[in-house]
Amino acid sequence: MIRSSVLVSGDPLSLSRGAEATKLAIEAELSFYGLEDEVQVGYTGRVSRTDLLPVVVVYPEGTVYGPVTPETGATIVEEHLYKGRPVEHLQAPVEVATEGIEATGPEGGALSGQKRVVLRRAGSIDPYSIEEYIAEDGYFALGTALTEMTSDQVLQEVKDAGLQGRGGAGFPTGLKWSFVAQQPQEQTRYIVCNADESEPGTFKDRLIIEGDPHSLLEGMALAGYAVGANEGWIYIRGEYAMARDILARAISQAEEMNLLGNDILGSGFSFHVHLHSGAGAYVCGEETALLESLEGKRGVPRIRPPYPTVRGFRGQPTVVNNVETLANVAPIILNGADWFRSIGTESSPGTKVYTMLGNVNVTGLVETPMGTTLREIIDIYGGGMRDGKAFKAAQTGGSSGTIIPADLLDVPMDFASMRDAGAGLGSGALLVCDEDTDIIDLAYVLVRFFMVESCGKCTPCRAGNAQMLEALDRLRKGRAKRADLERLEEIATYIQSASFCGLGQAAPVPILTGLKFFREEFEARLQD
Amino acid sequence: MVEVLAATDKIIDAHGTDREALVEILREVNDEGGHLTKEHLQRIAERTNLPLSEVYSVASFYTMISLEPLGRHVIRLCQDAPCHVAGGREVWEAIEQELGVPFGKTTLDGQWSLLTTSCIGACAVGPVMMVDDDIFGNLTPDKVREIIARYRQDDLARGDAQGGAA
Repeated sequence: MIRSSVLVSGDPLSLSRGAEATKLAIEAELSFYGLEDEVQVGYTGRVSRTDLLPVVVVYPEGTVYGPVTPETGATIVEEHLYKGRPVEHLQAPVEVATEGIEATGPEGGALSGQKRVVLRRAGSIDPYSIEEYIAEDGYFALGTALTEMTSDQVLQEVKDAGLQGRGGAGFPTGLKWSFVAQQPQEQTRYIVCNADESEPGTFKDRLIIEGDPHSLLEGMALAGYAVGANEGWIYIRGEYAMARDILARAISQAEEMNLLGNDILGSGFSFHVHLHSGAGAYVCGEETALLESLEGKRGVPRIRPPYPTVRGFRGQPTVVNNVETLANVAPIILNGADWFRSIGTESSPGTKVYTMLGNVNVTGLVETPMGTTLREIIDIYGGGMRDGKAFKAAQTGGSSGTIIPADLLDVPMDFASMRDAGAGLGSGALLVCDEDTDIIDLAYVLVRFFMVESCGKCTPCRAGNAQMLEALDRLRKGRAKRADLERLEEIATYIQSASFCGLGQAAPVPILTGLKFFREEFEARLQD
Repeated sequence: MVEVLAATDKIIDAHGTDREALVEILREVNDEGGHLTKEHLQRIAERTNLPLSEVYSVASFYTMISLEPLGRHVIRLCQDAPCHVAGGREVWEAIEQELGVPFGKTTLDGQWSLLTTSCIGACAVGPVMMVDDDIFGNLTPDKVREIIARYRQDDLARGDAQGGAA
C-alpha cells in the first residue's frame, strides 16, 4: 500500500543536471529502509524555476525540495520519509510548490476528505517561519482578542464552543479556565501546556508542534489573556528534541515581533512562554506529576483536590492543557463558537486528531470531525486492514485505553458516545489488531508497560501491576488455573478503584475491557 | 575530574541554581558524559543547595538519566504495544542473539548496551529502536542485523580497535 509519493523533475534540464542519479539514489535509500512498497517514485514534468532543478516533491504533504543531488536525495528519504521530519534546509521556496508541479500522487489521495482544524497548516507552512504562520491568519485571533475583546469574552467564546480537553479526559476547557479566572486577584496564575506526550501510540502533539508551533503559542497567549496569566510553561517530553528546538525558535521569533513578551501589540497584556524538558517518565503526563517535575522534583502525583486550577504550579492557580486543546483555541476565536459547533457532534464539537497504528494499510495521523466511526477511519483513512485480514480488536486511547471488539466499530467516536459504549477516546491513539493478534500476549505487553512505568508512590499500582503481569505470564504460557484468572480480574478492579492518580486508575482498563469483550480467549488458555 | 566538574558548573551556570532547574541540569550533565557519577551529583547538590540524597532521588527517577556507565553505543528498543503488534518480539530476539547479551546488559567489550524504552512517539513506523540519538523504524530481524553491522563497520573505519572485537 502506497502512503507517499515522491516525484523527481524529469524535464531535459533536470536530467542534464543528474535527475536520474538522484532518482536512483532515492530508490536505493527507500529500499534500505524497507519503504519500497510504501513510497512510489516517479518523474514529473514542467517546473517553472530552472535554478532549483532538479526538484523533488513529496506527497501527500506537497513538500518541495530543490535542487536535489543524489546525496541530499538520500537525506530526504531518511529524514522526511523514514523519520517523518521534513528537511528544512533543503526545501525550495514555497512559491514553487504552487507553480506548475503536477500533483500525480496516489490516486484520489488516500487521506482526502479530512477536516483539518488543528493540522490545517501542518505540512503546508515552514514551522521555522513565523511569517508563513502570519500569512495564514496566524496571530490574527490574538490580535483581535487583545484589541476588540475583553478577557471575559474570550473565555465565554471558548465555553460556548464546547471545547473539551484533547489529552484524554475530555474535561470542558472553558470551565477549567473559569476556575482559574475566579481565583483571588492577588494570586499569580499560570498556563502550563502538557506536551509530555508519552501514551504509547500517540504522537499527534509532536506533529502539531513540529508542523505548526505558533498555533500552540497563540493558544497559550489567548488562554493567558482569558484567565489573567502572564506566564506560560511548556513541559515537553525529553525525547522530543526536534520539537523542542522548533518551539524555542518559534518563541524567540514571536518575542521579536512582540506577539509574545511585554505589552503585546501595545495592548498592555504581557505573556512570556518558557520551555521545560522532561527526562523520561510516563507518569509526568499526569498533570500533578507534571507540575512536580516542572518544579524540579521526582514526577510523583499530588493529591487532588486541591486541583491545579486552585493550587498548581508554585502553589498558584494553574491551567494545565494538552497541546491539541490549545491549538484549537485560536481557530475558535477567529471563526467563532458557532463555527466550531458546526463541526463534530452535539456533545463533542470540533475535530479529533488520531494516530492510526497497527495492522492497517496506512498508518499515521488523521484529523476528522468528532463522531467519525472507527470503521470509517480504518476503511477510508487507514486504507483497510493489511493483507486483507479480518479486524479482531482495537485499542482506543493508548495503552491505558479500552480494548474493543468489532461490535463497536460503528460507535460514533466522541467522548460521550464512547463512554456510553463502555469504551474510551483517550489520547486518540487507535491501535488496530487483526485476526492474528493474541489478546493475552497484547495484555501482557500492556501490563509490562505499566509495571515499568508505575512511579511507585501507591501500592495498588506498584504491586498490583506486577501481580497482574505474573498472572498473565502464566496464562500466556498455558500454566494458569482458574484461580489465576479470578485473581487477575480482582486485582485489576482494585487497581482501578484504589490507585492514587488517574494514570494508575487507568492502567487496568485494557485488562478489564479485554476480559469483558474477549473472555473466551482468556478461558481457553487455562490449564484445567 | 576537574574538567568534568567544570563542564557541570557550566551547565549549572546556564540554568541557574534554582531548584526548578534540577531535572534539566541532571539531564544535560548526564548527556555530556553518558551517565552521572557521585562527583557530579555532589557538585550539583552543593551548587543547588539541596541534600545529596534529594539530588540522587530525583536523578534515579527519570529513565533518560543513568547512574551507571553504559556501552559505547546504546540501543533502546521500544517494547510497547504498537511496536509489539508490528512484530517487535522477533526484533527483540534478533538483537539479543546478534549481540549475545540480554536486554538490560552491556556487552563484555563495552561496545553495546541493550535497553528497552517506553514509546518514543514514532509508532507509525514500528517496531522502532534508538541507537544512541538516531531512530530506526520498520525494523525486521534482518534489518537490525544490518544496522548493527553498519555501526560496527563505521567504528572500524574510524580506527577504533575495540570495534573489531564485537
